[in-house]
Amino acid sequence: MNPERSFYEYLESFSENQSPIDFVLIYDNLGRFFDGALVTLQLTFLALLVGGLIAVPLAIARAYRKPFLSPAIRVYTYVFCGTPLLVQVYLFYFGLGQFTTVQESFLWDPILSNPWWCVIIAFTLNTAAYTTEFLRGAIEATPHGEVEAAKACGMSPFTRMRLVILPNAFRRALPAYSNEVIFTLHGSVIASTVTLQDLLGVGRWLNGRYYLAYEGFLTAMMFYMAIVFLITFAFKMAEKRFLGHLRPRETSVPGTANIAARVARLDHHSQNLR
Amino acid sequence: MTLKQTLLASAVGTLTLMAGMASADTLRIGVEGAYPPFSKKEADGTLSGFDIDIALALCEEMNRECELVEQEWDGMIPALIARKYDAIVASMSITEDRKKRVDFSEKYYFTPSRFVAKEGATYEMTADGTKDLKIGVLRGTTLQCHVEKAYPEADLRLYNTQEDVFADLVAGRLDMQLNNTLQAMDGFLNTEQGQGFAFLGDDVDDPDCLGEGTGIAVRKGDKLAGELSAAIKAIRADGTYATINDKYFDVDIYGK
Repeated sequence: MNPERSFYEYLESFSENQSPIDFVLIYDNLGRFFDGALVTLQLTFLALLVGGLIAVPLAIARAYRKPFLSPAIRVYTYVFCGTPLLVQVYLFYFGLGQFTTVQESFLWDPILSNPWWCVIIAFTLNTAAYTTEFLRGAIEATPHGEVEAAKACGMSPFTRMRLVILPNAFRRALPAYSNEVIFTLHGSVIASTVTLQDLLGVGRWLNGRYYLAYEGFLTAMMFYMAIVFLITFAFKMAEKRFLGHLRPRETSVPGTANIAARVARLDHHSQNLR
Repeated sequence: MTLKQTLLASAVGTLTLMAGMASADTLRIGVEGAYPPFSKKEADGTLSGFDIDIALALCEEMNRECELVEQEWDGMIPALIARKYDAIVASMSITEDRKKRVDFSEKYYFTPSRFVAKEGATYEMTADGTKDLKIGVLRGTTLQCHVEKAYPEADLRLYNTQEDVFADLVAGRLDMQLNNTLQAMDGFLNTEQGQGFAFLGDDVDDPDCLGEGTGIAVRKGDKLAGELSAAIKAIRADGTYATINDKYFDVDIYGK
């Protein structure tokens, strides 16, 4: 490699001569991929935020088996967890768009005529359904003693929910929730099927524009991997912080090395005392 | 039958199957199925249309056994390169961009492209005039290239199939769409769905993007391109082409 060549020139000659993958096209269009990543993140996290807020009251109603409400919510979660997300998005986008009554209603412009809104509504309802169900499980798993203790302290049902039951249920649901976040991110590729330029949409745009096979998909894949890496890392930190009390304590297992280490530590300690 | 025998039998079966696939001199042709009247799917799942008939006629002319392989449009060239099939007969325009990836036969037809919008709609077809207008095209077409070049400010929407483009045009999600005039007429304007829509402006003039006619794509360096060109010439000469052409169109779409 000639050191006087710029990085771009190197990329050009490398792509032309050595590599089956055209890096120049990827490099030239990186900006679009970042825009696509923004759309993907926006769709994913907005759906998760709104879906999560909807899920909390629904999960409480389910966990406490409120008459009428609980079976109705069960029907909703069953429908949305039991059908593919792609079908749900198509129903909102192509399905509703067919009817003239819908096209003339106040919901059409600017909501249902817009692919972004169709996708965000479907994603939100989908993630809300999943979150409701595992949050319900987490609430139901609250140890009876915790509730009793809260009652004994004279907490009202609302305070009990706010200070004891929900915070602990969130903790228990945290590992499951990290899966839900990643699934929602993976599911967000469906946005590209209804013309949105999310990460996969940009990948497909690049492939379509330059008649390529891999470049667009590979680049999108790298972006998804980076995002998943960040999400997993964030959840790892959160679990360390909020589930710290569940980690096995660093106690010593009987064994000579350990005992020796403890003796050494004790020695050190007693020296300090002296 | 012991387990060993069963395994052996299935292994032999697999091998013969693979051998059968390898030895057959079948020409695999990639086609689409959502671009009437060039290609469409009948209710019973079989394919029909101008492209399909031409493909079969060329096979007969070349004395080759053929197998039609269906493929969605935006994966057409990648699948050819990945050897899912050996040639593409799917109304693919011959363009400079595509020639970087594949070789083409001589053209087998040439028809212009034109915008379609609501009847009576007037748009100023300039870069400024189309700012934020929603234009729909099939992903990975020459039309994508043209709209991006000529109307960079427009809100370009890319679709997986031409049928989805029409659906969204009818639903009002698009201000206009661009595609082949014959396809727009037979696949949309002359159907019930297309009532209230009409062509907008003249035929698009952009040889850089739109290319020099519709050809059959093959992998780079494949001598099939020459054989196909000869076959096209032959069916033009012996009247087969005209018969197929008249089945679908009132005019000869071969062009000059």
